Amino acid sequence: MNKPNYTTLNLGPTHPATHGIFQNVLTLDGEKIIDTEQTIGYIHRAFEKIAERRPYYQITPLTDRLNYCSSPINNIGWHLTVEKLLGIKSTKRVDYMRIIVMELARITDHLICNSVIGVDSGAMTGFIYVFQEREKVYEIYEELCGARLTTNLGRIGGFERDFSISVLSKIREFLDHLPKVLKEFEKLLLRNRIFMDRTINVGSISAERALNYGFTGPNLRSAGVDYDVRVTSPYCSYDDFDLMIPVGTNGDTYDRFAVRQDEIWQSLKLIRNVIDNLPEGKYSMDVPEFYLPPKQDVYNNMEALIWHFKIIMGEVNIPAGEVYHSVEGGNGELGFYLVSDGGRTPYRLHFRRPCFIYYQALPEMIRGGVLSDAILTMSSMNVIAGELDA
Amino acid sequence: MENKPIIDILQARFSKETIVVDESSDILTLTVDRNILHDTIKCLKEDPGLQFNFLTTLCGIHYPDAPLPLGVVYHLHNLYEKKRIRLKTFLPDTDPSVRSLTDLFSAANWMERETYDFYGIIFSGHPNLKRILNVDYMDYFPMRKEYPLEDSARPDKDDRFFGR
Repeated sequence: MNKPNYTTLNLGPTHPATHGIFQNVLTLDGEKIIDTEQTIGYIHRAFEKIAERRPYYQITPLTDRLNYCSSPINNIGWHLTVEKLLGIKSTKRVDYMRIIVMELARITDHLICNSVIGVDSGAMTGFIYVFQEREKVYEIYEELCGARLTTNLGRIGGFERDFSISVLSKIREFLDHLPKVLKEFEKLLLRNRIFMDRTINVGSISAERALNYGFTGPNLRSAGVDYDVRVTSPYCSYDDFDLMIPVGTNGDTYDRFAVRQDEIWQSLKLIRNVIDNLPEGKYSMDVPEFYLPPKQDVYNNMEALIWHFKIIMGEVNIPAGEVYHSVEGGNGELGFYLVSDGGRTPYRLHFRRPCFIYYQALPEMIRGGVLSDAILTMSSMNVIAGELDA
Repeated sequence: MENKPIIDILQARFSKETIVVDESSDILTLTVDRNILHDTIKCLKEDPGLQFNFLTTLCGIHYPDAPLPLGVVYHLHNLYEKKRIRLKTFLPDTDPSVRSLTDLFSAANWMERETYDFYGIIFSGHPNLKRILNVDYMDYFPMRKEYPLEDSARPDKDDRFFGR
């Protein structure tokens, strides 16, 4: 018997279709994929090691660089973890402000992923449409914290400043305008014959396999499992609001696209709901040991000056203990396992990165398919290199 | 779902000394002897009264001064009852090996490779145990505590100034 004549193809590390730096070594029989092996770690920055030397507030910028398409979720997830360890009870206003920011981040994350699925299947137009809307969210971030992509937004114990009138009006403007663009975007793709032919039954995974592979987020929900951290283990007062979890049936590329699209609509509804019920109050909790005092107090008030100095120099010790906290990130369950020995830095900090865990299922999902379908499967899984490598 | 039935089922299956229960932290934590770790997780996953069918995460930890310095921490999740559980197992420096979970959870594959990469913990029975994030020719395990993050010879990087 002749040995089959397979071709080896290197997809990546810097291939435009992978949308990030990671390599796939594909074994091909003609255009059919026999197997693939992934190489990752090209942007490994040793965040878990670095975190062992940093005071808690300096770890927030590290989390920015995990899933950089939705940095605020990572930032707030980290703050919630530390607050859980410290036993800080958050106020409703802070919770609701956090929900608004996190849902805006989820919308941008899904907009990027879904529009890129369009690009990879040959439809550039939708991408341009929704990127204009993403820009508006980035303007909101800019107004809130001064940064756009790697936001370092919020503090342990609340927000650095309140939502200004201009922020609130920008959010409302965004909520009014996005539905129009989103409908247009859906008209372009959702029932488009070419798009449907390219995505339905492409890269599908069963619910059972998805769970076994540790899938979370839209990828798991598209396979029909209604697991959403916001609902199963509510944090940040998410349980005050009605939340519908969109689920798919086949776990294929089309379902992943549709689930994300539905989640954008749900997030819009949720933000509208939250902003209408935003209670009055302070935008931070009363935790002087961890929350920086206002600058004018630092200049005029001895106690505030002391706290300012202690926090900035990292002289505040955190009680010993261990805690696991997770939030629903753009891609799934983003978890923080934090072990403190009572010092100023974590003893051990482990990030549960959803991308890292579900990306290992790719060989199983693309095996037997063709190369062009593999590209679509990969982009619909929304693999973000920053989160993959930490 | 309460902690008690979980502990009861496990202690009926395994001898009491091999499982140490700690209910003081946020999640029920069990410290398990490494020889029964795989069986415990199999029981947690497959027992109809437990159904911890989701491996949330798995990571290493290093306590250089402890008699068993290296550890692996597992987080499992029962999605039906919305219950989480944490398992720990500690390993000696000289033979840091524990049975792989890849036969129970496909998700464990890369998580175990990452733990091997960072801490040098050997997962016996793993199909492809090699480094994943660091380069293949690296000859140490960087997350162990004996490797300081910064150059300890520099006076401005003295550990005492950083609280350690």
